[in-house]
Amino acid sequence: MKIKQLSLFLENNPGALIRPVRLLAQAKFNILTLSIADSSQFGILRLIVDDWERAMKLLEKNGFVVKVTDMVAVQVADQPGGLAKILDVVEKAGLNVEFMYAFPEKHATKAVLIFRFNDPDSAILTFQKHGVNVVSRVDLQNGAED
Amino acid sequence: MKNFVPPPFHPVSAPDFLPPAQLRALQLARLQAMVRRAHDHVAMFRQRMADAGLTPEDVRSLDDVPRLPFTLKTDLRDNYPFGLFASPMRDIVRLHASTGTTGKPIVVAYTKADLDVWANVMMRSFAACGLHAGDVIQNAYGYGLFTGGLGAHYGAEALGATVIPISGGNTQRQLMVMKDFGATAICCTPSYFLHLIEQAAEHGVNLRELPLRAGIFGAEPWTEAMRRRIEAESGIRAYDIYGLSEIIGPGVAMECPCQAGPHIFEDWFYPEIIDLKTGAPLPDGEEGELVLTTLGKQAMPMIRYRTRDITTLSAEPCSCGRTLRRIRRIGRRSDDMFIIRGVNVYPSQIETALLAVEGVLPHYLIILTRDQGLDEIEVQVEVTREVFGDTVGALEQVQRQLGKSIESLTGLRVKARLVQPQTLQRSEGKAKRVIDKREM
Repeated sequence: MKIKQLSLFLENNPGALIRPVRLLAQAKFNILTLSIADSSQFGILRLIVDDWERAMKLLEKNGFVVKVTDMVAVQVADQPGGLAKILDVVEKAGLNVEFMYAFPEKHATKAVLIFRFNDPDSAILTFQKHGVNVVSRVDLQNGAED
Repeated sequence: MKNFVPPPFHPVSAPDFLPPAQLRALQLARLQAMVRRAHDHVAMFRQRMADAGLTPEDVRSLDDVPRLPFTLKTDLRDNYPFGLFASPMRDIVRLHASTGTTGKPIVVAYTKADLDVWANVMMRSFAACGLHAGDVIQNAYGYGLFTGGLGAHYGAEALGATVIPISGGNTQRQLMVMKDFGATAICCTPSYFLHLIEQAAEHGVNLRELPLRAGIFGAEPWTEAMRRRIEAESGIRAYDIYGLSEIIGPGVAMECPCQAGPHIFEDWFYPEIIDLKTGAPLPDGEEGELVLTTLGKQAMPMIRYRTRDITTLSAEPCSCGRTLRRIRRIGRRSDDMFIIRGVNVYPSQIETALLAVEGVLPHYLIILTRDQGLDEIEVQVEVTREVFGDTVGALEQVQRQLGKSIESLTGLRVKARLVQPQTLQRSEGKAKRVIDKREM
């Protein structure tokens, strides 16, 4: 049920972001979604890509330090209150969100939220108990699948 | 510890246990012959002794050693390539070279007898950590101009062990050979072995299930923390070996099973500790620069060679019974020292601090700047797999730890900054570690 996120260390300077992105583009990897965390000195590029294992090999071969993290992706209605409903579940269960990001699905009225929990397995159980749709594959073309 | 039985003493280790009086007498006899040879065959030594008003006959006891002039690394460079040879080329059977920081390498030479001495001390190094005929030694030191590979090779053969001359690199093949050939010992740098440990885990090789039981680690500074980590994660015993090309190569000093600092093979190498500033000899137990005199080297004798390695010499009896004095693990060197805010700092101290946090030595660069009369020091450290967490907080934590570790070792507040991997410059030999941008 977990999906894999690749994190890359980047220095906070001009051109740092284009290198990994260009590499992935040349090898025809599709970036499903991404987020960037940054401090004044460095940044972390977080990527969800299809075929993460090959993408990781490519990046590592080109000198990047890559970390794989288990993420939990849930599908919500793309409407006011969608996120709040989920966070409500998270709060009541006492789960600690380390970070999260979201993206809308392409041809649907749903959005996908991607969470990093320190204990992803118990988070999945909690979501399932509350009828939240946890998705195991994120696909931009066809929307999220169970 | 897996497979570990305290080794019975190997017969080849006999010279390690000479009674001190006999050892000193042997040292003196060899020293006198060596000084005579160096004086008669090497113009530089003859000139230096003349300048000091000395003749070879003036060396009457070991107490006369401090009267002899020092030899510096720059002397080897200035006499490149063959200027310090004391044997004619027809007697020289091997040349090695070490890469210096700048320009030309340093060339060292061996006669047949020198190679025998080298094989002898390397053989005794292996015997000191409990190896013997029947052991399978995987020699992952580089073969070539570097002294590590061939030095360990001939020592292992002299011992009667089976040598796997695999040389450095190619981690997957190292693991395959280690497993399939049943290596019982490995020679390499400690950081490379840590890399092997990680790769073994990734490739499903359980080092604890292999016959491997000893590692002979040297050629770079390492720490007790690294030793503990290696031993805990692989189940082998990790031994510290010390040597340098200018003296002979690996095998100048080696640890015994007590792992309490390498014993110097004093029957062939005469050690002194001197005060860094005055050059005056210091008593055992005090910290200073290690100075070594070769006692049997024919092709290229060294009189009071300043190693630039900072350590202490301990004459305290070791529980193994060896009468050879021990040096403390080499933690720092004096030659790359820089002074910042009045504090002497050695890059090796920074290395020790980085090692303590990361376990392996990352690539790093020290940058010195001056801002409105105030010196600043920044240590750039390449991010490694080991420390990369995927949150900003985790990375900032690593930066803080690196900074704190450096501060606790040097007493200096430094700015530690993580940089992208493979962005700091690499060099084949000794890397340039310090960039001084201060305008003096």
